[in-house]
Amino acid sequence: MSTTGTRLALALGGRLEPRPHAAPGRRRGVVGRVLAPMVVGVLLLALWQSYVALSGVREGTFPSPLEVADALVRDRSLLLSSAWTTLSEILLGYGVAIVVGIALATAVSSSRLIERAIYPWLVVSQMIPIPAIAPVVVLWTGFDIRPKLIVIALVTFFPIAVNTIDGLRATDSELVGLLRTLGAGRLDVFRIARLPNALPYVFSGLRVSAAFAVIAAVFAEWVGSTSGLGVLILDYGNQAATADVFATVFVLALIGVALFAAVGIVERLAVPWWQVEQ
Amino acid sequence: MKLAAEGLAKRFAGGVEALADVSIELAAGEFVSIVGPSGCGKSTLLAMLAGLLEPSAGRILLDGVAARDGVAARDGLLGRIGYMPQRDLLMEWRTTLQNATLGLELAGVARAAARERALAEVGRFGLAGFEDRRPSALSGGMRQRAALLRTFLAGRDMMVLDEPFGALDALTREAMREWLLGVWESDRKTILLVTHDVEEAVFLSDRVYVMSGRPGRIRTAVEVSLPRPRTLELTATPAFAELKARLLAPLREEARSALGSA
Ligand SMILES: Nc1ncnc2c1ncn2[C@@H]1O[C@H](COP(=O)(O)OP(=O)(O)OP(=O)(O)O)[C@@H](O)[C@H]1O
Ligand SMILES: [Mg+2]
Repeated sequence: MSTTGTRLALALGGRLEPRPHAAPGRRRGVVGRVLAPMVVGVLLLALWQSYVALSGVREGTFPSPLEVADALVRDRSLLLSSAWTTLSEILLGYGVAIVVGIALATAVSSSRLIERAIYPWLVVSQMIPIPAIAPVVVLWTGFDIRPKLIVIALVTFFPIAVNTIDGLRATDSELVGLLRTLGAGRLDVFRIARLPNALPYVFSGLRVSAAFAVIAAVFAEWVGSTSGLGVLILDYGNQAATADVFATVFVLALIGVALFAAVGIVERLAVPWWQVEQ
Repeated sequence: MKLAAEGLAKRFAGGVEALADVSIELAAGEFVSIVGPSGCGKSTLLAMLAGLLEPSAGRILLDGVAARDGVAARDGLLGRIGYMPQRDLLMEWRTTLQNATLGLELAGVARAAARERALAEVGRFGLAGFEDRRPSALSGGMRQRAALLRTFLAGRDMMVLDEPFGALDALTREAMREWLLGVWESDRKTILLVTHDVEEAVFLSDRVYVMSGRPGRIRTAVEVSLPRPRTLELTATPAFAELKARLLAPLREEARSALGSA
């Protein structure tokens, strides 16, 4: 599963063009952002419920939304503790990816030689079929949090690194020239121009990675874990408890959306100038 | 001489010959302009004077000292001449004042002191009330004045300005022209201005150099001995018109031959 995610990352080049976020606080914006997806969600649920009711599929094959809701309530304590396990894996792995991704990007963009030496290996790291090496990682490290952390970080650092490199590079060379006439050294240029210029790109990478982090966590747990939402999916699957599987997936999706939203909030705080009046 | 360029030439890596044999001189406190057809190498010349580009030939003397004996001209000149590029290059992640104080900040002036020095100038530069706004909140004319303030606050006594009013409408241009003259008359820095606009050049300058099309050379130098202080009324006098005509004739020829050879 995580290789699918990785392949997707590569197909996309792991990048989203950074785009200015809309000025907040507009009424139509709130309606559009909250109400519109809610309406679509409710519609989909209604469609799903009526399909299950009308077609008469058995619950074990395809549960209805109400049955999933039922499972959510029934399994809540196990879901909650498993969610906590998975969430901490994601936050740690993602955190490592942010630090490593930005550090590598800074190194790569600091000199042509370092770029030539490192960049190909960054790409190669994304060719590694995670299913093949994950069991080996588990052999090295055991069943604790480390293999999960490594797998998540391996999948998520790449979009962050690639976007940060793009951002650092995209700095206007005439601006760099101007700063040099004002007495700026390399470090000053980095601090004053390159880093702020790269921030919107960094956040694009962070958003892509936020989605991958959840998929990566599930896969990492499948390979070597005794707890977490990924493990729960396997357990429920083995018991043919389909509604419970769906409930677990729902919680996973919540984590993903929350992570994505959190990145957006931090972005607004960190890059307040990256806004356009529309 | 404050600044002298002797036989400057620039051939770019791709083979484009941008400048051939350009020599100019500025005495301390002079206001000198360069006019020339688009693409004749005016920006290239200023980038070389600012120490951002290495000349292919020739030398540059600042305060009588050649920066090019042994060391690259770049290393000798970089940071010694105030440089205002053609685009304002204001950084959106900084406020107007933070953009303007870049030079002071990089010179190690304390933040509060730098702010104070800038605040003392915002009135004269027409930026009052916009000190803490982002550049996107400024009008085109204000952006240019903010970029000029950034250049002035860097405190160099020699400045090169690349079409500072290029992107403005005619009326704003005229007002900015008069304003810049006032600023220069009170500070008496040495200024080299690049412009497309002959009227602007005559109105502001002690001397105007006319450049030929690519590769750029100095075609003629016209001394402007109109009395100072000057006001916009001057532009309606016969003496002014005559100077304008003397500059326009060679420029028109250049423009025509540029069309012919294209
Ligand atoms: N880095 C570069 N590499 C190659 N050619 C360049 C480079 N910079 C400028 N040139 C070329 O040199 C010539 C002079 O360019 P320059 O920008 O100095 O002209 P200019 O007189 O400032 O024009 P304008 O009035 O339109 O601003 C142009 O033909 C341009 O294409
Ligand atoms: Mg130019």
